[in-house]
Amino acid sequence: MSALINVPAKVRRGDVIEIRTLTSHIMETGFRHTVDGKLVPRDIITSFTCRYNGAEIFRADLFPAIAANPYLSFFTVAKESGKFEFEWIGDNGYSSTASASIIVE
Amino acid sequence: MPTTRRQFLSLAGGITAAGTIPIVTLRPLQATPAMLNTAIRNVVGEAQLRTGRVKLDIPPLVENGNTVPMTVSVASAMTADDHVKSIHVFNEKNPQPNIANFHLGPSSGRPQVSTRIRLADTQKVVAIARLSDDTFWQVAAEIVVTLAACTEEMN
Repeated sequence: MSALINVPAKVRRGDVIEIRTLTSHIMETGFRHTVDGKLVPRDIITSFTCRYNGAEIFRADLFPAIAANPYLSFFTVAKESGKFEFEWIGDNGYSSTASASIIVE
Repeated sequence: MPTTRRQFLSLAGGITAAGTIPIVTLRPLQATPAMLNTAIRNVVGEAQLRTGRVKLDIPPLVENGNTVPMTVSVASAMTADDHVKSIHVFNEKNPQPNIANFHLGPSSGRPQVSTRIRLADTQKVVAIARLSDDTFWQVAAEIVVTLAACTEEMN
């Protein structure tokens, strides 16, 4: 798995928690040339989605201006125990998923 | 006969001149402030764009434009009827004007997003927030970049 996910393991109900994700991807801009002048084709992640027990809580559209190995941090309200699912979608049919579980007391 | 300084210099100069081949490199066009405005209008439409409520945390001077940490936050209570719907980040001088769009909701709890971006030049970065009442708020930051990203040659 090529992603690092940071979600608190155990929180109190109603807490606002930070979710941090890092995935490995070249994020080739499509604007660079090789030394012999050829354009390097674009290869980026275009979309990131986070679902909390099936419901979408955060989505991002990414562009070539996002640095390689995209890092994203965002917040959510811890409502119930369950699972966060993360999905990255990109050029050339790229798709990657990860998940993390949380206990809400 | 020992080589004089004058002979050496004229010889060296001749070699350099002969060795210079005209190099033509086509760089992709930079985004222009006009492209930035078009990109912003694509999101905002005809709505009024007000300044304030949004905070853009980004270093004013970066040495390496390939990875610039950035945090956007918005002053909002994040309740069901008063929350941030989305945050849009734009740049002025990268090859294309978009950086990212973030879609949030009342369950986000805190309207704050962090990521790392690329900057091709010293330029302005604009963050715009769309609130649940469909008002748009913006903030801009000037960033000085010493090593550019995006268009450098590959090794």
